[in-house]
Amino acid sequence: MSGAHLAVRSIGKRFRGLRAVSDVTFDVPAGAIHALIGPNGAGKTTCFNMIAGVFAPDSGTIALDDRPIAGLRPDQICASGIGRTFQIVKPFMGLTVEDNVTIGALARTRHVPEAREAARRLLRDLGLDDRRAKLAANLTLPDRKRLEVARALATGPRLLLLDEVMAGLRPTETDQMVAFLKDLNARTGITILLIEHVMRAVMALSQHIVVLHHGEKIAEGTPHDVTRDPAVLEVYLGQEDASSPPRSGGGGRRPEGEAT
Amino acid sequence: MSADPGQFVLTLLQAVAMGLLTGMVYGLMALGLSVIFGVMRVVNFAHGEMMVVGMYLAWLAFDRLGLDPLVSLPAVAAALFVFGYVLQRTVINPFIGLPEHMQFMLLLAVAILLVNACLAIFGPDTHGVQVDYMFDSFNVGPLVLDAVRVYAALVALLIAGLLWLFFTRTRSGKAIRAAADNHVGALVVGLDVKRLYALTFGVGAACVGAAGALMLLIVQVHPFLAIDYTLLAFVIVIVGGLGSMSGALAGGLLIGVSEAVAGVLLQPSLKSVFSFGLLILVLLLRPQGLLARRS
Amino acid sequence: MSESLWQRLTGDVPRRALLALGGLLLLLLAAPFLLRLAPAGDYWLSLLILVVYFSYIGQAWNIMMGFAGQLSLGHALYLGLGGYVAAALYVNLGIGPWLGVFIAVAAAMLAGGLIGFLGFRFSLAGVYFALLTIAFAEFTRILFDHFTWVGGSGGLFLKVEADGSAFNLQGSPLLFYYVILALAAGAFVLCRFLLTSRLGHYWLAVREDPEAAQAAGIAVLRTKMLAVLISAGLTAVGGVWSAFYYKSLFPEAAFAMGRSIEVTLAPIIGGLGTLFGPILGSALLVGLGDLFTTLAEILANDYGVKAAGLKQIGYGIALLLIVMFRRDGVWPWLARRLGFERRPADDAGEGRP
Repeated sequence: MSGAHLAVRSIGKRFRGLRAVSDVTFDVPAGAIHALIGPNGAGKTTCFNMIAGVFAPDSGTIALDDRPIAGLRPDQICASGIGRTFQIVKPFMGLTVEDNVTIGALARTRHVPEAREAARRLLRDLGLDDRRAKLAANLTLPDRKRLEVARALATGPRLLLLDEVMAGLRPTETDQMVAFLKDLNARTGITILLIEHVMRAVMALSQHIVVLHHGEKIAEGTPHDVTRDPAVLEVYLGQEDASSPPRSGGGGRRPEGEAT
Repeated sequence: MSADPGQFVLTLLQAVAMGLLTGMVYGLMALGLSVIFGVMRVVNFAHGEMMVVGMYLAWLAFDRLGLDPLVSLPAVAAALFVFGYVLQRTVINPFIGLPEHMQFMLLLAVAILLVNACLAIFGPDTHGVQVDYMFDSFNVGPLVLDAVRVYAALVALLIAGLLWLFFTRTRSGKAIRAAADNHVGALVVGLDVKRLYALTFGVGAACVGAAGALMLLIVQVHPFLAIDYTLLAFVIVIVGGLGSMSGALAGGLLIGVSEAVAGVLLQPSLKSVFSFGLLILVLLLRPQGLLARRS
Repeated sequence: MSESLWQRLTGDVPRRALLALGGLLLLLLAAPFLLRLAPAGDYWLSLLILVVYFSYIGQAWNIMMGFAGQLSLGHALYLGLGGYVAAALYVNLGIGPWLGVFIAVAAAMLAGGLIGFLGFRFSLAGVYFALLTIAFAEFTRILFDHFTWVGGSGGLFLKVEADGSAFNLQGSPLLFYYVILALAAGAFVLCRFLLTSRLGHYWLAVREDPEAAQAAGIAVLRTKMLAVLISAGLTAVGGVWSAFYYKSLFPEAAFAMGRSIEVTLAPIIGGLGTLFGPILGSALLVGLGDLFTTLAEILANDYGVKAAGLKQIGYGIALLLIVMFRRDGVWPWLARRLGFERRPADDAGEGRP
């Protein structure tokens, strides 16, 4: 597999008259790793949901490798090459870890043994090998996060949407996930777009950052530029602990990152 | 059906009036189901069975002590309250939050027990009460309203009012509503959720028990009514909005009227066609209920 | 990748479970002849027929609820429709049941497809979907009450014919036993096959979390529709069998809510979503029913305690105890005891969250 180019053009979404996202435009070139950041309620997950087909944008277009995808159903989006994880993880609780990932892999093959084989490979890559016979319900949160990534990858995406996969991970686990994603990107050329509050991960992974605030794009650029952007500083200074801007993202919701 | 259009309209109006009165009692019955679901998210599949238990208790009070169901009603409601409270504490509580099919099977077992206990004790025959005002009626304009239905509807309305006071004015009532809105929050502020749930189930059971006593004024009781009442209560709460109190009452009125009107327009055996048709439409187009706000 | 069908069906099943299953099948095949040796053999055969019948329709219902997670409390609709279509074709047009069953299945699938499409299209789930299925079953009941071509509320009767043979599904209980046994065994294998297929995996995914399933590329509506279509079709076959076995149909009974509930009992008591749950559940329930009938008779004859409903009270208590103490059904627990399930130790005993 190789990466696909995502082009988001002026998308907007209202909920009951409230503007959740308006006129947001950005690109994720094939093979790139980009991040979408911003305070809580900035519209990041709404953007993700529009790209992933949970709901159609009210305005604007979304294209994957020049093919318009806005308005397709989530399963059609998946078939067109986008895999996603959920902010609040949604493993198939009553099924085994291996079945979870096998189901993802069945998006690419109708042969169950083949899908199972693919699932086992992915579980090895993500270090979940020894837990593959466990029920997903019995996994710890970090393992569930990894399982989400594995299931999304199993569908064979060319673009991976990761919604806060680092949240709740310990620093060492965060580093493992970062290393895995970097390696995955280098090996396969898969495009990655991540929403992330854990800034150490954002800084380590992404070449380019888009900052949302109140549903609008207020800045974008390299991590270096973005963290020095006055508009971004303004937004994060409004938050509680923002002495060192997006260091711990959306207001230090979780004890994070400083220990190492 | 009459050829005279004036007469026909009058018949229809008469049916609507009767339907509204019966619908008030339906509403009270459904209120019990709605309260239980609204607070605990448990669907009481034994609701019609509890209704029938209420009817039998009222009949027993009439048969043995000569008590009018309107007089024995508080005692019947109290008995059902205790039953509901104990049932929730012992049997139902462990099933709160579990998948629906488990709750369904549990309450189905309770329902089988209740209806067959009634069958074993009272037999399969129908039992009714003969009160002094059985054949009395009130004339309202051109309409003739049966006294029994008028009294039943008024008392049902009174009980619904008392319930409303309970939920808005008393400490326990407010606590129950708080627990319904936010289970974890209620635990955090130290409410005894288990007790509140038992209280809720008791109140729901008391409602349906009272409705049973009132219904005995209108119809005769036999054990096999139970499943029909369970179904009827479901139809009403869905039409009115599952978990909504005012919705249950309005749904009761609507279904009461639709049954009565269908009884005039169609053969009696077709009377529930309207109700089920309405149920299907509401489920598909407005599953939150006709009255509830879109969530 | 290729593997034989046999491998696919039995791949990860412990050897002892396979042997036990083979033994059970042999026992069931020989049962009518063994029962002839016992006193009141005909009676025991009639009970066994009930066990196999309920395990068959339980298996069919389980596809929808146990696999795909869609609670149907209106399966009497498919049973009744299947039975009525085949019986009416036979009585009114002289079309035999072996042909009529296809039309019956088509009719039930049409009904199931309609209900499923409406329900799933409008995203009804859980109790709401269950009520929709009840409403349609009740609607059909009332409709058939007034449908004179099939006898209306007066009922439809299949005459016992002199030249009755297996060809028009007439004959001794033995014939009906082997027919329903073949159906039940077929449904068992079919369900196992489905569970090992892509569709089976998709059903489980939709049951566990429809949103995540859709994100993983599953067309959720289509997946649910296949469940309701297959389930309705299989159930209708059971309805045809039951119509010809009992030889009479009344809308009051054929489409009754009680009948829908009966369908759900065995798979839930036995173990939802398991293949052996419907079989074990139905054996348990028929067995308990018979036990309490006998006890009620003893009470009446020897002690003079006569009351309607005693049998069902015993049954209700047993049901209550099973539900309270074996929430996931009896089979998952029993399977662990018998070592039929290869589940790692760390998962044993932990239920769903």
